[in-house]
Amino acid sequence: MTYIAKPKLHHPTLPRNQVGFTRRDYEGRISTLCAGCGHDSISAAIIQACWEMDIEPHRVAKLSGIGCSSKTPDYFLGNSHGFNTVHGRMPSVLTGANLANRDLLYLGVSGDGDSASIGLGQFAHGMRRGVNMVYVLENNGVYGLTKGQFSATADEGSRSKRGVVNMDAPIDTVSLALIMGATFVARGFSGDKGQLVPLIKAAINHRGAAFIDVISPCVAFNNHAGSTKSYDYVREHNDAVNRIDFIALRPEVTADTGVAEVVEIEQHDGTVLHLRRIDPDHDPTDKIAAMNYVQRHQAKGEIVTGLLYADPHARDLHEHLSTVQRPLNQLGESELCPGAAALARFNASLR
Amino acid sequence: MKPIAAVNDFVVKFANVNGSGSASANELFARAILRMGVPVSPRNIFPSNIQGLPTWYEVRVNERGWLGRRGGVDLMVAMNPQTWDADIAEIEPGGYLFYDNSKPLPSSKFREDITVIGMPLTQICNSTYSDPRQRQLFKNIIYLGALSMLLGMEQEAVAQLIGEQYKGKEKLLQPNLHALGLGRDYAEAHLTHPPIGLRVRRADNVGDRIFVDGNSAAALGCVYGGATVCAWYPITPSSSVAEAFQKYCGKYRADEAEGNRYAIIQAEDELASIGMCVGAGWNGARAFTATSGPGISLMTEFIGLAYFAEIPVTIIDVQRGGPSTGMPTRTQQADVIACAYASHGDTKHVLLLPEDPKECFEHAAAALDLADRLQTPVFVLTDLDIGMNQRLCEPLQWDDARTYDRGKVMTREMLDAGTTFGRYLDVDGDGIPYRTYPGTHPSKGGYFTRGTTKNAYASYSEAGADYTYNVQRLLRKLETAKQLVPQPVVRHAAHRTKVGVLYYGSTAPAMAEAVAELEEGSILIDTMRLRAFPFPDSVADFIQDHEQVFIVEQNRDGQMRTLLVNELGIDPARLMAILHYDGTPITARYITAEIGERIRAMNIEPLRKDKVA
Repeated sequence: MTYIAKPKLHHPTLPRNQVGFTRRDYEGRISTLCAGCGHDSISAAIIQACWEMDIEPHRVAKLSGIGCSSKTPDYFLGNSHGFNTVHGRMPSVLTGANLANRDLLYLGVSGDGDSASIGLGQFAHGMRRGVNMVYVLENNGVYGLTKGQFSATADEGSRSKRGVVNMDAPIDTVSLALIMGATFVARGFSGDKGQLVPLIKAAINHRGAAFIDVISPCVAFNNHAGSTKSYDYVREHNDAVNRIDFIALRPEVTADTGVAEVVEIEQHDGTVLHLRRIDPDHDPTDKIAAMNYVQRHQAKGEIVTGLLYADPHARDLHEHLSTVQRPLNQLGESELCPGAAALARFNASLR
Repeated sequence: MKPIAAVNDFVVKFANVNGSGSASANELFARAILRMGVPVSPRNIFPSNIQGLPTWYEVRVNERGWLGRRGGVDLMVAMNPQTWDADIAEIEPGGYLFYDNSKPLPSSKFREDITVIGMPLTQICNSTYSDPRQRQLFKNIIYLGALSMLLGMEQEAVAQLIGEQYKGKEKLLQPNLHALGLGRDYAEAHLTHPPIGLRVRRADNVGDRIFVDGNSAAALGCVYGGATVCAWYPITPSSSVAEAFQKYCGKYRADEAEGNRYAIIQAEDELASIGMCVGAGWNGARAFTATSGPGISLMTEFIGLAYFAEIPVTIIDVQRGGPSTGMPTRTQQADVIACAYASHGDTKHVLLLPEDPKECFEHAAAALDLADRLQTPVFVLTDLDIGMNQRLCEPLQWDDARTYDRGKVMTREMLDAGTTFGRYLDVDGDGIPYRTYPGTHPSKGGYFTRGTTKNAYASYSEAGADYTYNVQRLLRKLETAKQLVPQPVVRHAAHRTKVGVLYYGSTAPAMAEAVAELEEGSILIDTMRLRAFPFPDSVADFIQDHEQVFIVEQNRDGQMRTLLVNELGIDPARLMAILHYDGTPITARYITAEIGERIRAMNIEPLRKDKVA
């Protein structure tokens, strides 16, 4: 970490995207996380995805809970409004914000302590309501800011830096998101940006609750031998189910993987996800199959990454509520107040 | 014992079994009397239960218009064997008992000093109806018919109300009118010779007032006040606020083609409901939640964050007794401290204190304006007595020229014009900074919202000076709030007096009556009805201007008194608490007795009306 301010100047020939911004315009303040922290790689992936997708930074609202991961929205999209909310309660704040203005892109950032322990309830309910959002869970299995306690996603039998062995069963947020009704569920690894950036892009394009669990090793407290969330362990046990090569209508992003079968999944807005299927056994539009797949591989000690499930026909919360297209925060007296004449009739009905 | 004789001034109490369908018949009884131009004030006394436990409906009939609970019962309609003994005991000497005498009861079950009126309700029902549910439901309408005859009520008033209730539902209308007739005819033939001493006589004291419950009125205030987001979690006695909001939005804000101009979420708990409101408020929509004490407890972390991050949110707290079940279906004013100082760190919040449904409407709409203007949580502290009982009140009013006060919002145009934006910067000296809505401008006005670790420009800072600047500014903001909140209502006695009484909320109708009673006993008092916290300066002045000041509250610990002592630096000895907290609404009788007794104990000689203190 550093306190050195980032220079605002940048080279005039830096390429601009279709909305006129350079990649630097998507950056935030300099990170105060530890050098090598997986979370910083995720921030970089978010920056890259938003820049490549020509998203205007100020049309993104960043919401987070409390913890190392929840500090990161300060380190990307510096021109976007952000809200560092209450520990474990980001989903409710995001839901309310989304209700107020359906036109912005809602990016929720949380950690495993935030989402799987104190905020498990809000996590689950946010998924089942179909809030239109990208929910990134930066999962390191440990409480970083309070210095190394286990979180609820720590695997049974994993050993902390102080030598304590975790005997509690882990909460698998991917399985939980599937059960709770998330309509886009993926898992990435902070050490594999080639896979992560397309996943974030696909999640942004999804209308509904899009959840990405990103294994993000904690270099300070959970990167030792005996940890199941260290760089080495995840690299050894990563089982990539598929690779999103590119999203139609967007510049192609390729990942460095072997040849595989290509599957097309049409999204709600007409864009098409081109998925290079590595494991031919997995159909990512089949929710039951996705649950089985995750559980089967988990039982073998493998960490499944890639797009696990996407519902091409997802409906979001605003559709459930039949709200007007215009953002609620833009409605004024004439749209909202029934007026004195209606009140006189109301009074008359109560006599 | 001489039977009580009273015209337009008595109390009828219905003792029923919860879930037996009595509520609608009882309400018809109250409304029929209103239609005769005689004020009534009914109160539900109900258990935490859906079916089977005892429930009561107490109707005070009072031509003078006193709407507080009186205490005592002149006519008991005893329809619940479970509570028989207690119900009989509650009747005033000389009072009346109306009961179902289908099964004989031993004489030991009655009292000598009351008039007993028996009617074979079950027998009549069983011989008229074969369906058990009908037997049960129409029993209520039959006793309504009998009572209307017993009390000399205008028969057209009752029939007309039933007609309105079942308008367009002819299949239900005729059987109800028939049942009403059964009761009326029986009473006329068997029970009115001689007539009882209680009468309802046509008067003209209702005027254009309306009959509505505070929760409905508060919900409508939120519709008129422009709330677009409501997130809530069911809790008695506040649930009907959100349910009424849903109903009124369906009526006034739904559009098949364009979509709904509102969003309502029944959240998983109060943590989520307040979180959603905070998120919506942060993003520029007017949002509210409705809850009660336990909900406030769960919300306190968020309330603190909203206070420090300066996010508008409106919280309607329909107060009740303490935790769990039981007392929670009774009324109290016991969340005052919990709300005024809700949360961690140094926090103080704006409280509005409506006295009746009309003010529930007004304060709900005002709270939405104040929350935006002050960028802070605003509480509307009502209670079960106002919230869940229909109360006669002035008609609701709205000025079509009124616009929503969205407070200090910096727009894209202002940012483009080069206006300095510091999210937590006091530019006007009133403690209120400017805010931007998310998504306003591509390169200016964005900021990262946090609790306290920030400077005036919303950058991360743990510097002490930045913190103190901020929290001092929040105090200035609270000073500003004093002028913006509804001001106290003062009523001076006819002559100068040394005695002042402070009160607030649902105590109002009982207090008004107590003032009249005390004056009849030559005790003159000035009163001040508090309508908001923080206290405007006039509150301290009122206390200063009186030698003896009482504060009347419906809680055990004198919570408003604590707040007055703490915030205004009042000598506690100067504030004498009159406290009522058994879960029933406070009565004028209670206030009159307590104040009267203490004044006598202090050897303050009652004044003759012609003498100046």
